[in-house]
Amino acid sequence: MSTPQPSMPQAQAAVPNRQPADGSSYPGYTSPIPVVRTHLGNAIASEWTKIRTVRSTIWTLGVFVLLVIGIGVGVAALVAANASPEDLNNDSPLSLGFFGLLLGSMCVITLGVLTTASEYGTGMIRTTMVACPSRGRVLTAKAVVFFAVAFVTTLVSVLVVALADVALLDGARTPTGQEWLKGTIGISLYIALLGLFSLIIGSIIRHSAGAITIMIGVVLAPLVIALFMVARSLEGLRQALFEYSIPNQLSVFYSNSLTDSGPSGWDPLWIIVGVTAAAFACAFALLEKRDV
Amino acid sequence: MIELAGLTKRYGEKVAVNNLTFTVRPGIVTGFLGPNGAGKSTTMRMMLGLDRPTAGDVRIDGKHYDQLKDPLTYIGALLDAKAMHGGRSAFNHLLCLAQSNGIPKKRVDEVLDTVGLTAVARKKAKGFSLGMGQRLGIAGALLGDPQILMFDEPVNGLDPEGIHWIRNLMKSLAAQGRTVFVSSHLMSEMALTADHLVVIGQGRLLADTSMADFIAQNSRSYVRIRTPQRERLLDVLHAAGVTVVETGNGTLEVDGSKSEYIGELAAQHQLVLHELSPQQASLEEAFMQLTAESVEYHAHSDTPVDAPLPPQQQWGDGWKGK
Repeated sequence: MSTPQPSMPQAQAAVPNRQPADGSSYPGYTSPIPVVRTHLGNAIASEWTKIRTVRSTIWTLGVFVLLVIGIGVGVAALVAANASPEDLNNDSPLSLGFFGLLLGSMCVITLGVLTTASEYGTGMIRTTMVACPSRGRVLTAKAVVFFAVAFVTTLVSVLVVALADVALLDGARTPTGQEWLKGTIGISLYIALLGLFSLIIGSIIRHSAGAITIMIGVVLAPLVIALFMVARSLEGLRQALFEYSIPNQLSVFYSNSLTDSGPSGWDPLWIIVGVTAAAFACAFALLEKRDV
Repeated sequence: MIELAGLTKRYGEKVAVNNLTFTVRPGIVTGFLGPNGAGKSTTMRMMLGLDRPTAGDVRIDGKHYDQLKDPLTYIGALLDAKAMHGGRSAFNHLLCLAQSNGIPKKRVDEVLDTVGLTAVARKKAKGFSLGMGQRLGIAGALLGDPQILMFDEPVNGLDPEGIHWIRNLMKSLAAQGRTVFVSSHLMSEMALTADHLVVIGQGRLLADTSMADFIAQNSRSYVRIRTPQRERLLDVLHAAGVTVVETGNGTLEVDGSKSEYIGELAAQHQLVLHELSPQQASLEEAFMQLTAESVEYHAHSDTPVDAPLPPQQQWGDGWKGK
C-alpha cells in the first residue's frame, strides 16, 4: 500500500467533532492518482480484458474452431476417399470449408450478442457506463475488440481448413488467387461482420436469449421459408429469399451459389458492411437516448 | 460538491423523482434517506449520467457527469453490488474498470487489500456472498481514489462486522475532505454515520437538514400517563398550566421530562395513576412519521401502529418551517 488509503484505525482517530465549513471554503480531497484524459484506447484495453476473462469467449470460440476445422477437414477427407479425380476436376477444394463455417457462424453470433447483451443481463453495463460515460465510445470499443477477435479466429481456422483441403484433394484444380483471397480473407471478414452485426443487435435488444434468437432467425429463416414457398406467383420472392439468405451469401465466397443471378463476387461483403453500419447508427442513437 | 436543481424523472405517468433541489457538500457524510421506492436509486443514477432527467439538472463541481474525462478518479460509486459479470474474477473485474480510466494496475491490488478481498481476488464474482459482492463494489468505487464517493445502500446484506467497517470507512473518507453521499432506508444507520441528512419520499424532498438538527428536532421526550380519572387529571393539569395531548388509545402525553412534577400533582389531588412513564421518541419513529404519507408499498395491518407523535402534528411540521 503505497498511496494513503483509508485505513480504519486512523480513520476513527481522524474524525473529530468537526463542523464542516461551506463547500467553497473547504479544501477538499486531491487524489494522488495522476489524472489522465481517457480516450478510446483506454476503453479498448478495458474491453479486451473483459472479452478474454469470461469463459463464454473460450467456449464459443473453442467450439467455433472445432466445428470449422473438424467439419472442413472431415468433409474433404470424405470426398477424397470416395470421389475419383475426374469428379473433382472443376471443383475448388476451398469450397468444402463452407459447411463447417455455416455451423460455426452460430458461435460467432452467440459471442457477438453476449459481448453486449450479457452486460445488460448482469448489470455490469451500469458499472461500465459509470466508468466510461461516453456511451458511443463503449460501443465502439466493444465493436473494435470483438471484430478483431472474430476476424483473427476465423482467418486462422479457415486457413487451416483451406490448406488441409488443398493438400487432401490432389485431384482437384488449383484455386486461383482470387479464390484464395475470397475463401480466406473475404469469408473471415464476412463472418466477423456477421458477429459484429449480432453484437449490435445485442446492444439494441439488451437481452441475450432474445438477440440470439433473432440472429438465428435472420440467418436461417429466409432460406427455410423459401424452401416451402411453392406458389408460382411468389417465384420472385422465393428467388430473392434464396439469393440473399445468409447461407447463400456465404457460399458466394466459394463460388458455389445456389443460383446464377443474385449477389456475386464480393457483393455479400458490401451488403453486410452496409447493413452493419446502418445497425450501428441505430444502436448508437438508441444508446444515447435510452437510460442504461 | 454535487448540486441538484429541480431534478425530475418521469416514467410515463409515474413521477419517480419530483423537482429535487439540494446540494451535497464536501468533507461530510451526507445521508440520503427514504423508504423503498422513494426515488433514491433513480436520483443516484441521474447523478451518474445513467438515466436522463426528464427535467432539471445535476452537476458535479459544475459539470455534467458525461463531461468528466476521467470519471473514476473523480467520483466513485457503488450502485448495486451485483452490477458485475459473475464469471469474471474480482481482480479482472477491477482491472477492466481501471484500464477504462487509465488507472495503474497496482491500484487494483491496493483496493482489494483495502476491502479485504485479496485472498479471493482470483475467484469468480458469482461465488461471492452478498457482503463480498458489496466489498468488491466498494473496491470499484475506491479504485480511482476519487474525491467524491456515492454509495447506494452499502450496508445491505453485510454482517455486523461489515456494517461497522462501512461506517468507519465512510467517516474516514469524509474526514480526508472527500464528498461522501450515501443512501439508506434505515434511519438508525444514518444517525451513526451521516453529518447531514436529505430525506425524500415519493420523489419529493422532505428534509434537508444537519443530522444534529434533525436529532434535536425529532428525539422528543414526553411523559405517558394512563389514569382511570381522566377528566379530573386533565382539569388538574390544565389548571397547573401543563399542556396535555390526548392520544387515541386512552393515554395522555405531556411534552418534556416532567414525570416527577406530574406525579406530585396527581398525589396532591389524590388521583390514581396506572402509568406515568417518561418516553423518548426514537429517530426511526421520527423518520417513519416523516415519510408515513409517502411510503409507496404499505404492508396493510388492521391494528394501528402505536404512534409516538401526537396525531394533530403532521409529518414534517416540526422542522419544515425552519
